[in-house]
Amino acid sequence: MVLKKLNGPLSRYFDQTLDDEFWGEKTWEKAESKIIKETVNTVINKSGVPADKIDCMFAGDLLNQCISSSFGLRELNIPFFGVFGACSTFVESLSLGAIAVEGFAKNVLCATSSHFCSAEKQFRFPLELGNQRPPSSQWTVTGSGAAIVSKDGQGPYITHITPGKIVDMGIKDANNMGAAMAPAFADTLITHFLDTGRNPSYYDAIISRRFRTYW
Amino acid sequence: MDPLETKQTYQEYVDKKSPNSPILKNCFNAFWVGGLICSIGQVILNICKERGFDTQTSGTIVSILLIGIAAFLTGLNLFNKIGKFAGAGSLIPITGFANSIVSPAMEYKSEGYVMGVGGKMFTVAGPVLVFGISASILVGIIYLIFNTQSITLV
Repeated sequence: MVLKKLNGPLSRYFDQTLDDEFWGEKTWEKAESKIIKETVNTVINKSGVPADKIDCMFAGDLLNQCISSSFGLRELNIPFFGVFGACSTFVESLSLGAIAVEGFAKNVLCATSSHFCSAEKQFRFPLELGNQRPPSSQWTVTGSGAAIVSKDGQGPYITHITPGKIVDMGIKDANNMGAAMAPAFADTLITHFLDTGRNPSYYDAIISRRFRTYW
Repeated sequence: MDPLETKQTYQEYVDKKSPNSPILKNCFNAFWVGGLICSIGQVILNICKERGFDTQTSGTIVSILLIGIAAFLTGLNLFNKIGKFAGAGSLIPITGFANSIVSPAMEYKSEGYVMGVGGKMFTVAGPVLVFGISASILVGIIYLIFNTQSITLV
């Protein structure tokens, strides 16, 4: 589920697109809760796994106390692990979900959401403020994604998890998050290749977030 | 490529790779928009003086009108577009100050009038007020110490 960005190569894969950032709600935060709620409903419908067969859920978002997830998902009545990994929340949810399935669970719900307006409001400046963004600044997506990790099924499977280490190369510019995160990304990739003995050509695609084209 | 082993070499690499702001274009736009805003202020000032107000009252009227216009444009979601184009040109005059107070007031209205609008209204302008007022006190003290004679004259 995503707002507006329909000109990308992935546009036809989204289940639903929205025309405005409020989606009939009074605030951006409520809209974000609704977005994650509807996304999770979509994944439950598409997977055919009813909510009462889901053992637990790992979910999170960018807002304080993960309010989008906790308010959006409260009616599901599923044991909830709140996750905050900022950009990595979804992959972190999937990783923890896979570990839970390896251990005790049969079905685990993993979800995340973000909203450009609510994130700007929380972390930067009001949208109405007449300032300029530097060319290196990042744009938070307005959207949500969810998945159900199950013990059985036809795949795709989560076979390996390489959690990233915190690599701080001392970047202080809050508007250049790509530069702050790139070393950790490189470190995680190297760790993964050393760990598995694979090399980059083994993969069809290596996907990351938050890096602009000039990186 | 050399390995980026230290924080300093990485910072240098980032500085080299990161796109720079288009400084010349930004300065040009800031210059003419800022100049335009100040010219509008001057026109209002001259009109007020012609109508018989003294200079100080006319200046106050200019401030009130420019703040009012900037606040109104912020409410119409237009000021941020001007600001994106003009940068410091619209931010440095009193219009930017009005925008910096109205924009959080609008944004935090969803959190209520007391804790939202009241509590968050000065999140952007607060530092300007704190350091502006502090600086004026500091300058006042220096003035008091070195220029007591002229104070008695005032």
